[in-house]
Amino acid sequence: MKTWNNKAWFMVVPVVILVAFSAVIPLMTVVNYSVQDTFGNNQFFWAGLEWFNEIVNSERFHDALGRQFLFTFLILIIEIPLGVYIALHMPTKGWGRPVALVLMSLPLLIPWNVVGTIWQIFGRSDIGLLGYTLQLLGIEYNYTQNTFDAWATIIVMDVWHWTSLVALLAYAGLQSIPQAYYQAARIDGASRWAVFRYIQLPKMRSVLLIAFLLRFMDSFMIYTEPFVVTGGGPGNSTTLLSIDLVKMAIGQFDLGPAAAFSLVYFLIILLLSWVFYTVMTNIDKQER
Amino acid sequence: MAEIHLKQLAHSYLPHPTGSQDYALKRVEHVWEDGKAYALLGPSGCGKTTLLNIISGLLHPSEGQVYFDDRDVTSLPTEQRDIAQVFQFPVVYDTMSVYDNLAFPLRNHGHDEAVVRERVLRIAEMLDLSAVLKKKARGLTADAKQTISLGRGLVRENVAAILFDEPLTVIDPHLKHTLRMQLKRLHQQFYHTMIYVTHDQTEALSFADQVVVMYDGDVVQMGSPQELFERPAHTFVGYFIGSPGMNVLDARVEGNRAYVDGLSVPLAYSYDAIAGTKVEIGVRPEFARLMSREDAGGSGLPVTVKRIEDVGRFKIARAEFLGRELNVVIPEGIPVSDRADRILFDAQHVNVYADGWIVKGRAA
Repeated sequence: MKTWNNKAWFMVVPVVILVAFSAVIPLMTVVNYSVQDTFGNNQFFWAGLEWFNEIVNSERFHDALGRQFLFTFLILIIEIPLGVYIALHMPTKGWGRPVALVLMSLPLLIPWNVVGTIWQIFGRSDIGLLGYTLQLLGIEYNYTQNTFDAWATIIVMDVWHWTSLVALLAYAGLQSIPQAYYQAARIDGASRWAVFRYIQLPKMRSVLLIAFLLRFMDSFMIYTEPFVVTGGGPGNSTTLLSIDLVKMAIGQFDLGPAAAFSLVYFLIILLLSWVFYTVMTNIDKQER
Repeated sequence: MAEIHLKQLAHSYLPHPTGSQDYALKRVEHVWEDGKAYALLGPSGCGKTTLLNIISGLLHPSEGQVYFDDRDVTSLPTEQRDIAQVFQFPVVYDTMSVYDNLAFPLRNHGHDEAVVRERVLRIAEMLDLSAVLKKKARGLTADAKQTISLGRGLVRENVAAILFDEPLTVIDPHLKHTLRMQLKRLHQQFYHTMIYVTHDQTEALSFADQVVVMYDGDVVQMGSPQELFERPAHTFVGYFIGSPGMNVLDARVEGNRAYVDGLSVPLAYSYDAIAGTKVEIGVRPEFARLMSREDAGGSGLPVTVKRIEDVGRFKIARAEFLGRELNVVIPEGIPVSDRADRILFDAQHVNVYADGWIVKGRAA
């Protein structure tokens, strides 16, 4: 005989409250702004999907989105292979192992705006080591005025900052491969490439999926470092999505469009992460 | 195919070994004849795997050389040795199909696809893998994966030797038997030199022409199963081979008599004064008899029978002599008297050991 009552609801109340305050209420506030217009005085007017319409069709948003895709694409295509390459060449035993691990972890421990500041100074041609050296070598380099230089700087900075994460994850994946696999490969006469292709890469696959997703999401949301270095310039050439969003929300105080922007931005990240994850795990399943 | 000669081989995992206790493998001088099937038997940690890895080149020995026929291969890398090795735990290439897994060593050695196909299909047939050839290897059971590992070892034809490092550990008992028979058949067909590491003596004795017993980094004996059984070269071999193991008693030996706690035990051979601090006699339970005082007629060692175990084809009497356990195997159909309190040994099969090693006697 089962008794039916509603006591169970009390049990979930704490979680509901927690989630409400941490996620639902802030998100709904943004949703609230995104469908209204205000002229100050705490007066709000219903605007419907107008802001969404405006954002989705605005050239400014398209440009920022395009730059964002380019940025994320470039750092993924550099950081993933480079991280794997480094992991393959990191020492696995002896004193070199802890040294390498500490060195690889260092960039990850530096606060983001400090990373930005480091590179901002590093690249200056009057006092920065990099900028000054390039100047001496006769190479024109100025990240505040030249678009290409600005892009090169933020890309190299991100690679410097985050390749370690990929390398450490890949390294952990490599460490989990039993020695017997390498021995069997030698017995089978496998080449160095075959060992990588048929043993190391398959065993690293799940950690690389995580590395890929983390780097995708983080780079798509990046704000601090490029903002500190270039402030989005020269012109708007390094204005990535979140830099643009902050300009809109805080610089211009366009709350409605900024809220709509935020939601579209959020949905894009969510959608792409879901697509990547589904595609990659499906490839996994098909091969079984 | 080749004869494998280990010349004064020794290995230590330490960079600067100071004494014999630092060696995983102590000075081994040994010849593995071409085309024979060997079982390498010994307890865990006795150096079996070390020895195997040195032969295949996965490990470089600290001292000594390895010869394949007349060729010194000591410093040759594994890839250039033409040797196959199967490991204890399954190694499969996850992303490849079963077919590609089996073909992998052949392709790496540059065989053309027609040859590859023919050999892979034949090995798959033998190992009962034909049905899963197109499947990805990673989805299979541990049994099947280990069978694939085995197949990769067997698929190459012109190898110097095939080394097996406890290959059937993870396989279920029924399949184990089948695979062992297949290996034996394969050996009779191609006469590859096979070295089969195991610590299961049934497996060793049923597979091999010659059994090599290792103990604590030393090769203590090589011989046919029969020799190992009747004349163990070391007391360890006596314990390790046979169930129950050999009875070993401290003794004093003079001429053709041994004295155990002052009681005389007749020997078939005569011995000169034996050098060595610790002299023992060893007798297999199969060559001991249990009888009553009257039947023994005053000879034999006085014992207390603790219990009789019936293990099917024979019974084992567990007796106690001066605080030591002595075992006697009683064949089927022989009655055991309740008053049995003497153990007699078959003089022909009493071996004498000095410091663990067998001593040869002169005909008396």
